[in-house]
Amino acid sequence: MTWFASPDDAAVRLGEAGYLADDATATSAFLSGELGKPLLVEGPAGVGKTELAKVVARAHGAELVRLQCYEGLDEARALYEWNYKKQLLRIQAGAEDEGWAATQDDIFSEEFLLTRPLLTAIRRTGPTVLLVDEVDKTDVEVEGLLLEVLSDFAVTVPELGTITATRRPYVVLTSNASRDLSEAVRRRCLFLHLDHPTPEREREIVLSHVPDAEEGLVRRVVEVVGRLRSLELRKAPSIAETVDWVRTLVALQSGSLGDGADAAMERTLGVVVKHGSDLEAAAKELARA
Amino acid sequence: MMLDRHLGFVGALRAAGVPVAVSEDLDALAAVRSLDWERRASVREAYAATLLKRTAHRAAFDALFDLWFPPRVGTSRTGSGAGSGAEADADSAETAENGGAPDSGEQREDLRRRLAEALTDPTTTDAQVEALAVEAVGRFGRLSGRPAGASTWSAYTTLRRLAPGDLDVPDDALADFEARVQREALRRIAEQKGAEHVGRTAVRPATDRVAFTSASAAELTEMRRAVAPLARRLAARLARDHRTGRRGPLDVRRTVRSSLATGGVPLTTHHRPRRPRRTDLVVLCDVSGSVAHFARFTLMLVVALREQFNGVRAFAFVDDVVEVTDLLRPGADVAEVLADLVDARGRAVRLGRTDYGRSLNSFVERHADAVGPRTTVLVLGDARSNYSDPGLVPLRRMVEHARQAWWLNPEPRRQWDTGDSDAGRYAGVVPMAECRDLDQLARFVREHL
Repeated sequence: MTWFASPDDAAVRLGEAGYLADDATATSAFLSGELGKPLLVEGPAGVGKTELAKVVARAHGAELVRLQCYEGLDEARALYEWNYKKQLLRIQAGAEDEGWAATQDDIFSEEFLLTRPLLTAIRRTGPTVLLVDEVDKTDVEVEGLLLEVLSDFAVTVPELGTITATRRPYVVLTSNASRDLSEAVRRRCLFLHLDHPTPEREREIVLSHVPDAEEGLVRRVVEVVGRLRSLELRKAPSIAETVDWVRTLVALQSGSLGDGADAAMERTLGVVVKHGSDLEAAAKELARA
Repeated sequence: MMLDRHLGFVGALRAAGVPVAVSEDLDALAAVRSLDWERRASVREAYAATLLKRTAHRAAFDALFDLWFPPRVGTSRTGSGAGSGAEADADSAETAENGGAPDSGEQREDLRRRLAEALTDPTTTDAQVEALAVEAVGRFGRLSGRPAGASTWSAYTTLRRLAPGDLDVPDDALADFEARVQREALRRIAEQKGAEHVGRTAVRPATDRVAFTSASAAELTEMRRAVAPLARRLAARLARDHRTGRRGPLDVRRTVRSSLATGGVPLTTHHRPRRPRRTDLVVLCDVSGSVAHFARFTLMLVVALREQFNGVRAFAFVDDVVEVTDLLRPGADVAEVLADLVDARGRAVRLGRTDYGRSLNSFVERHADAVGPRTTVLVLGDARSNYSDPGLVPLRRMVEHARQAWWLNPEPRRQWDTGDSDAGRYAGVVPMAECRDLDQLARFVREHL
């Protein structure tokens, strides 16, 4: 199946699903579907990397299969696992005179297989988006496993044989660059760097999420957030936090850019800044403006 | 024809230090074939998605893309025909266009006025600024009377004639305009002399390949941004080593207990966590003028490391040593730290000439307690001691006490042992690594720490 007809089509359909894609994002999203290659999205936290995968799924009514990576993730959690306990029960419950061959055939069948996200995505027959989230958090061994799965879209279970994807899932990998991914993974993927959006784009995003916010207020909030990001804080405000901030201000009845707006912004700074030391620096910057 | 362009572009990327594998090359071709050539932005992003795998390479990529796939061709004086393909030859229309001479004072005032208007108005689109930049280069960027074969366009001349710097406009808008003028001038030169020629000389290498000692201010900022993830990555790796639970001794109690759930068969074994290895880091940093860039930079790494570790101590020296650990407090403002370090540099100077021997001696005398059997010692410096005593004895004593020690030298290896460099003699005592750019620093961190 074709996911998107052209970059413009991608931009339109992602837009309809609630994601304002720029040129780079739309083109990469289109190419990933067109070339059947995984899309590696890298960038700071909170710029909409995970959201991109979700939106591709939403735009196509596809199922989203998510593999959340963490330190210590292993094959049994990512690919498949045999349900030992059930197998043990089956052996104990089996008839006395049942031969080993019959038992073996039985306990290594579908019924006792626990499929994990990677295998699930490969076996699905409907349209599927596979999201491998925060791939930089895993160990190097899992990266090797991913390489194998992502290049052939096939998994070999020794007892069952090789399972090949009937329909290639649309694969999105996200990374915060906290560890350098191997060249091999990078080579197999299309690469998209997402950064904090330009003020114009962020304004559009905020307005699409909080339609009843006043334009002047949004402009002011986006401008302040932009300045906070340039401060080298420990945690830069994300897009979601900008949206939350505007929502907070609207909820506090400071929806317009009156005299009280700045004071309200200072009071609610905690919505976007989440560290003690950052809070001081941010308050200083806010006062300077 | 298009294939030649593509191959030339890929070659130029490789020459600029962006690794492009053959498979990526093929992907890129497949990608651009599935696209509409008319939309330049899509083609650019398609190339970026397939050929680029690292954010650090983006700047070099953008510059080269502009050279190999220029947004317009021709040397028109105005930007009116931008993007529409071939352009009428400007010379034939010299006097007809807009009336008057191409480069009169009147024209200059007119363009300056329009520029100031455009740059202060927030509703100006990129295309309008671009058109102004094209017009600026077309009118004021031509060098006349140059011999055949020399460049006839210059961004420098354009900006000097136009002097946009003294217009009252926002700084970032001005910087954007100047960058556009640069690109347009390069494009015209490339058209005249071939993209290969310009690509070789005009494109800066990717940030992680820029030598610390020759980085521009913008590149230094860029590098500083890159250092924080580097430290985080290092910390994540060390922390992971601590947590590899499997390798520890068997935890019999937990194993037996969990085996109860499976009828007494121990299907999974549990292990005791390994005893964490505590690493103390002592950094000795030459802050004399010759390596100031490098020193600042490595100290930034130390600042970042301090956010991850407790046991980091930093010392600065020129010809005397001073502890600067307390300046590098976590969460501190980077600019303030750098200012404080400059102060500290004042305290680390007695006579003002780098003296490794004296510095090392006073370190061993006053701060011997900093180095213990768990300590990793890093010495950062160019090993140029102005022909004075290199201080091998105190250095050897320090190394013997430490768990491991490394010397990072920002000079290229071929300059070691030239002039007053004692690199070879120090390398006999401490393993010395060349550390000229981010790439090498990252590799060192990965392999040795």
